[in-house]
Amino acid sequence: MKETLYYTSLAIILAPLVGATLAGFWGKTLGRTWTHRVTIFCVGVAFVLSLFMCKLFLLDKFPTTSINIYAWAISGSFHFNVGFLLDPLTAFMIATVTFVSLLVHIYTIGYMADDEGYQRFFSYISLFTFMMLMLVMANNFMQLFFGWEGVGLVSYLLIGFWFKRESANFGSLKAFIVNRVGDFGFILGIAAILDYFGTVDYQQVFTQAGSMSHHTLSIWPGAHWSVITVICILLFIGAMGKSAQMPLHVWLPESMEGPTPISALIHAATMVTAGVYMVSRMSPLYEYSQVALSFVLIIGASGALFTGIIGVVQNDIKRVVAYSTLSQLGYMIAALGVSAFSAGMFHLMTHACFKALLFLAAGSVIIAMHHDQDMRNMGGLRKYMPITYVCFLIGGLALSAIPPFAGYYSKDAIIEAIHASNVPGSTYAYYCVLFGAFITALYTFRAFFLTFHGKERMDENTRGSLKESPWVVWLPLVALAIPSTIIGFIVVGPILYAKPSLLGSSIFVLPSQNILQKMAADYHGPWATFLHAFKTLPFWFALSGVVVAWLFYLVYTDIPAKLTQRCQWLYSLIVNKYGFDDFNQLVLTNGTTRIARWFFYIADVKFIDDFFVNGTGRVINWVSKMARMSQTGYLYHYAFAMIIGLLIFLGWILL
Amino acid sequence: MFTIPNFAPAAPEMFVLGMACVVLLVDIFSAKEKQGQWAYILTQVTLIGAMLLTLRLASYSTVVTFNDTFLLDPLATVLKIFIYITAFVALLYSRAYVAEREIPNGEYYVLCLFSILGMMVLVSAGNFLTLYLGLELLSLPLYALVALQRDSALGSEAAMKYFVMGAMASGMLLYGLSMIYGASKSLDINQIATYVASKPMQQDMVFVFALVFVVAGIAFKLGAVPFHMWAPDVYDGSPTSVTLFIGSAPKIAVLGMAIRLLVGTLPSLHIQWEQLLIIVALLSMVLGNFVAIMQKNIKRMLAYSSIAHMGYMLLGVLSGIAAGYAAATFYIITYALMSMGAFGMIVLLSRAGFEAENIEDFRGLNARNPWLALMMLILMFSMAGIPPTVGFFAKLGVLEALISVHLVWLAALALLFAVVGAYYYIRVVKVMYFDEPEKIEPVTTTKDMQLAISVNCLAVLALGLFPSGLINLCRVAFAS
Repeated sequence: MKETLYYTSLAIILAPLVGATLAGFWGKTLGRTWTHRVTIFCVGVAFVLSLFMCKLFLLDKFPTTSINIYAWAISGSFHFNVGFLLDPLTAFMIATVTFVSLLVHIYTIGYMADDEGYQRFFSYISLFTFMMLMLVMANNFMQLFFGWEGVGLVSYLLIGFWFKRESANFGSLKAFIVNRVGDFGFILGIAAILDYFGTVDYQQVFTQAGSMSHHTLSIWPGAHWSVITVICILLFIGAMGKSAQMPLHVWLPESMEGPTPISALIHAATMVTAGVYMVSRMSPLYEYSQVALSFVLIIGASGALFTGIIGVVQNDIKRVVAYSTLSQLGYMIAALGVSAFSAGMFHLMTHACFKALLFLAAGSVIIAMHHDQDMRNMGGLRKYMPITYVCFLIGGLALSAIPPFAGYYSKDAIIEAIHASNVPGSTYAYYCVLFGAFITALYTFRAFFLTFHGKERMDENTRGSLKESPWVVWLPLVALAIPSTIIGFIVVGPILYAKPSLLGSSIFVLPSQNILQKMAADYHGPWATFLHAFKTLPFWFALSGVVVAWLFYLVYTDIPAKLTQRCQWLYSLIVNKYGFDDFNQLVLTNGTTRIARWFFYIADVKFIDDFFVNGTGRVINWVSKMARMSQTGYLYHYAFAMIIGLLIFLGWILL
Repeated sequence: MFTIPNFAPAAPEMFVLGMACVVLLVDIFSAKEKQGQWAYILTQVTLIGAMLLTLRLASYSTVVTFNDTFLLDPLATVLKIFIYITAFVALLYSRAYVAEREIPNGEYYVLCLFSILGMMVLVSAGNFLTLYLGLELLSLPLYALVALQRDSALGSEAAMKYFVMGAMASGMLLYGLSMIYGASKSLDINQIATYVASKPMQQDMVFVFALVFVVAGIAFKLGAVPFHMWAPDVYDGSPTSVTLFIGSAPKIAVLGMAIRLLVGTLPSLHIQWEQLLIIVALLSMVLGNFVAIMQKNIKRMLAYSSIAHMGYMLLGVLSGIAAGYAAATFYIITYALMSMGAFGMIVLLSRAGFEAENIEDFRGLNARNPWLALMMLILMFSMAGIPPTVGFFAKLGVLEALISVHLVWLAALALLFAVVGAYYYIRVVKVMYFDEPEKIEPVTTTKDMQLAISVNCLAVLALGLFPSGLINLCRVAFAS
């Protein structure tokens, strides 16, 4: 069995790499058709094998297996292996990744049909899939870091895919630099693990976690911090960068400069969830640090509400979905903060489906609109693109957590868990996520109504050519719409409340903090949950969001403008994204530039180059000139020097 | 009762002496237009013959003869072998140069042979008398050689300076030796060593006093600071072929003398001569490297470079351990090789009526003759001590010796000055490769010269890649 697992996991991870290599190096030779055939086949293989893994680990409850492929480096007592940790969480995650990746590959055929960089694009997304699988399947922190940086790199390449656009280059650089900030924390965290645990292997670290929980380290004299807390917060800073949590969220909206399939695959469904996955994977560490969990909860809940509010004032259809992604990531992170790791992972999965669906549907609209993304130029698209319309509606309902769509089950569980928790900060978090439910529905249906209903605001030219997208585009939409509808209903029981639960053996929760187990007492099957919805606050909040959107954007369309006028200061605060970007630009970017300039002109040019480097040269030159003077050419000078030398020697040695 | 001494150990010396007389006679009787050719051939044959004789006599044990005044040990054998080799190559480079100029051919070779004989006697000396005899026999022909180009004012001036200062240095050395003789009542190196070792140092300040004079004499012959003043003027003023000769073989012989006098005669005064040599070596490295930077004349630059190199070589001697002496020997042999190559290159680029003496003359050499430029590049890199050339291992060896006797600070300083030194070597490379040539005509060379210089330079590279053979040979010399 181990043999089978060994080769299966190798095949899963290498198939996308093979695809990426072929498309990247021989894309021109293969031609467009063969490029997409090859890459889709490779990702398809990975997907099918992932399903096999899912069956093995999720249904047959195969025990957790760690496989080391080879030792990458051995340094003293440190072993750095390349290997895989196979357990329910891994299987769950690789299935999600490869599923979305496969559909995005197919969708790309239509979306990128006219693009010059067709092969390059396929190579990148396959490479991304490889890196993401590397991240997910790693059995040690070093490999995790490799995958982590790998997806960051591909993300950078893809945001800047249209590198001739100024804004795309800006966006890709921004994403890369902001992620560096997070990664700095992340690698410090890994370094701390290596320092205190003496290993980077997950299982070895986790078994020591309990005994390590009493250790403290002093960051500066007098400040004693729990080692686990420091490690967890440092790792979480990495997660904040990758999963775009406040205040490191600023790169995600900018990442929408990349092609839409990328927005769906990387910046909605998979890469940005890496932080959520990582924290869940590290649950044996986080569980021992109440402080870190609180930190996670507050960051997540704040993001869930405040980034959602920005979504309400966006006019670019992709940006609305982008801000909704930020907000939903906040929900997932908040769930982790109350030890409801399974709920976070559950929402990750449902979100992957419906958010990819929304992005791809938005992409479908954008194709029809000839790459115009401004919703103010849309409206009434329902009759031109019925399939896209239905899919977007399903995605919207799922996102707004309207039962029985997938998002309802996962989001409701998160809100309930936060409500039931008594982690410090959970009351604040509860109000954030509760009000966030209203905001979610509001911006989602605002976008929906503006795009598909109401007056047709596009110009005549565009209207004439409006039509439903080709099948390669709508097929993935349908394929995503189905799980977006039903998966919550199917999975909610096994993943959250069953005993042992679906992810049971991967996730460690201290009995005292096991919030989901407490909630399990009130769980009576998906139908009961569905019916229960009408008696809960979050549902009515969500519903009122939909209604408000309907009133403001279809019935009384002049209200938003009036409101904007009335609350000018609030509007400008939100439109300016609470000033994060301005702060970064003014203080951090300009400050760094100024410091760099100082270092360059003063420290480097004047001090190092001129004083040290050229100064040394000047001194040597001067000494050389002086010393040359001694060679006068006169014999009596020479003889004199000899005698003096002799006398000095005599004095030196005899005295 | 007079017994006939064992002549066999001195067979090479006697052969060289005899042949020197033969060359003198042949030169007198050979036809005017053929003058020099026979002398040249016979001289080279002499060197080959001496080499064969020395190899035949080579053994790991020490043989003494002539009432212990002459000894043949592994050190003497190794040094002699390299004296022959360097002299052979030096004369090879000289032939065309000498023939083209107003330099009396026959005398040139005879003087060289006598000087070589002096070197051989010097490294085999077991007694102060033989040592001094060898030293003078080495030096006197060199004075004459410098002045051999009679109508050159520069040459005469150089010879004069060399002679006067050499006389002073000889006087100092002799003064030191005589004091040792007076105090120990012996001229025999081994007997003196035993005598000095048996005396508490305080009672015999006379030995320490004498030591200073001995070190001064050695430093002068090596051209080390502060007794170096002659070197730039002599290197510059002599015909290049003579510079080439002075800069190579005699240095090897003088190292032999230094070891005989310091390690052989006064080992118990190691603490004293270590201090003196540290000062000499440091000053040499500093002054040599710094002043070389300013030179425009490549012969003067190489003169200062030789001063610096002698400083590095002395680091091995002053360490006072066998590995250090072996490293110093390795250093001096490889230095002789590099120095010959460099001066050989100058000889090669010079023609009758034109001396390629300035660094400017190497401008754009790569465009004119890429092969020679590459060879010069190897030489310069080796002198700067850049791997994989042999110069790197030479420096590595002496630094290793220093570190093993805990003189790390000295090793660090030596390294620092090597960095300064790298500047002027690499400047030559820069001039050859990156500057436009003034003349565009290609350099034409004779086949044998080209071959010799290629072998010489490639040997510098090859010894750098496979240094262990030569290193082992140098270790053998100090194995006992």
